[in-house]
Amino acid sequence: MFETSTLNARNQQVQRLVRILFLMMTLFLIVPVLIILGTLIVKGSSVISIDFLFTSPTDGMTAGGIFPALLGTVFLVAVDLVIAIPIGISAAIYLSEYAGNNWLTRVINLAIINLAGVPSIVHALFGLGAFVLFFGFGTSILAASLTLAIMTLPLVIVASKESMQAVPQAFREASWNMGATRWQTIRRVVLPNAIPGILTGLILEISRTAGETAPIMFTGAVFFTPFLPQGIFDQTMAMPLHLFVVATQVPGVPEDLPYGVALMLIALVLFMNALSIAFRAWLRGKKKW
Amino acid sequence: MAPVEEAVKPAAGTMDGGDFDRRTADWYIDKVVQALIFVGGISAIIFVVGIFVFITKEGLGFILDRFDFVEFFTSPYWYPAEEEDPEYGILAMIAGTASVTVLAMLVAIPFSLGTAIYIAEFATGKTRETLKILVELLAAIPSVVWGFIGLSIMNPLIIDLFDVPVGLNVLNAGIILGLMAAPIMTSIAEDALKAVPDRYREAAEAMGATRWQVIQKTVLPAARNGLLGAVLLGVGRAFGETMAVLMATGHSINIPGSVFDSVRALPATIAAELGETAVGSEHYQALFTLGIFLFMVTFVINLSADLIVRDTAKK
Repeated sequence: MFETSTLNARNQQVQRLVRILFLMMTLFLIVPVLIILGTLIVKGSSVISIDFLFTSPTDGMTAGGIFPALLGTVFLVAVDLVIAIPIGISAAIYLSEYAGNNWLTRVINLAIINLAGVPSIVHALFGLGAFVLFFGFGTSILAASLTLAIMTLPLVIVASKESMQAVPQAFREASWNMGATRWQTIRRVVLPNAIPGILTGLILEISRTAGETAPIMFTGAVFFTPFLPQGIFDQTMAMPLHLFVVATQVPGVPEDLPYGVALMLIALVLFMNALSIAFRAWLRGKKKW
Repeated sequence: MAPVEEAVKPAAGTMDGGDFDRRTADWYIDKVVQALIFVGGISAIIFVVGIFVFITKEGLGFILDRFDFVEFFTSPYWYPAEEEDPEYGILAMIAGTASVTVLAMLVAIPFSLGTAIYIAEFATGKTRETLKILVELLAAIPSVVWGFIGLSIMNPLIIDLFDVPVGLNVLNAGIILGLMAAPIMTSIAEDALKAVPDRYREAAEAMGATRWQVIQKTVLPAARNGLLGAVLLGVGRAFGETMAVLMATGHSINIPGSVFDSVRALPATIAAELGETAVGSEHYQALFTLGIFLFMVTFVINLSADLIVRDTAKK
């Protein structure tokens, strides 16, 4: 009586086939990219050396290293963080701790989605019109970092908001009952408990910022400059733009050189991402509540 | 009025432990911080409005003096640098962007939805975690690296495989863009599938449905709007992508007749030409007008995605 009917057996077969089909689709998506990354590693690793990392490009950018671009990207990311951290975290505090379920919150969330969805080149136009020209910062690290910070703000906001919302409400109530003000509660109870999650978001922010090209093209990054940046009003070279330049703009670049630049950029970005993922996994294991 | 206030408010220190006037330094700090945080809270709105205001400000001259709606959207001729009679038609670029986006979605939609279903419904334990991490890492690859891959790996591959003279074309950019958009769409689609309550699955399983029947008849219909939202966000991303498309399409103005034609995309045009224009010139303003167009199209796409997803959330 409980033997599998033929219909049931066929369903089981379909189910097995479908499962394999979906697995194949997953592999089709992932494997080619891994092969491509493998190619980048094979072709690029022969270029990378200590010298490559710590010297400037020479011979019209057809030889030498990537030091100014690497340093420029570090500068851009650092200034970006100084701008994005206070704005992003206060936006997250507002959304997590103050915002009610009303139209303003809806509009804010919609604005965040749009900020993330506006094409990067439109952010570049905005940066040029607002920071370079209107506020008169010129093409500078400051203008480029402001543009980057605004573009990547949604990342910081969403990650920070989620980790603050994960702090149990009882923690806040306990603090209020002791007579603490809202801000005291946020500073001494909510933020300390949310800080690891916020850090995870910030590491992602670094990874994203380091890889963006279009927003810095007209706001602060230049193809080549013989000088290292001295301050936030200087122009700078940057890794992603440098890859674009050696891959498309400079004639006579040896074939392997762009692979080296691409490999360094991708290593930088994926390392930060992996760090963020590992950090998150470690947090999940440690969670107390 | 002062005496009345005096009477209502208990004098400081008269009650045990108790100053009931809460306007201490902490109270003021709290109010100041609250105001600051509110400003931070609405910053996203300020920035989105700011983006619109500033690109409009720079592009307005062109829109008022030179903009011709019919020419702009129906002429395939984009010769902004001509001294005598510059032409500003974006039809060819719209066709370029559209063809690349469509091909990218043909690649990305089936594979990202398939991957999302596999991760959310079939994979378990370690496999699932590993796949999720891989997808997340794929999503992090910068667009300029994708462009470089299109240029240096896909280009020779397409020339060899299809015996065509140029490998920088719709096919190349479409595949690159599809691979770029797929991980993000996978993550969002997987979230949508995860949002379907387990009791739906349990109810279907209790009726004797196989896993695939559960997915097909219960999970997919329930997650439909979320999945549609994921697809729309992917479209928005492919549409606005700049560097990868600039490097992989061949960047030549063409209304494509086949996937082996080189094309030019709207965002890529801005990136390629803005550096050569003088601030305030007609060409410069025309590029900002392109930016306004891009902003509005992505705004509509994002808004509809949000409305569709919200619709599900309500149910």
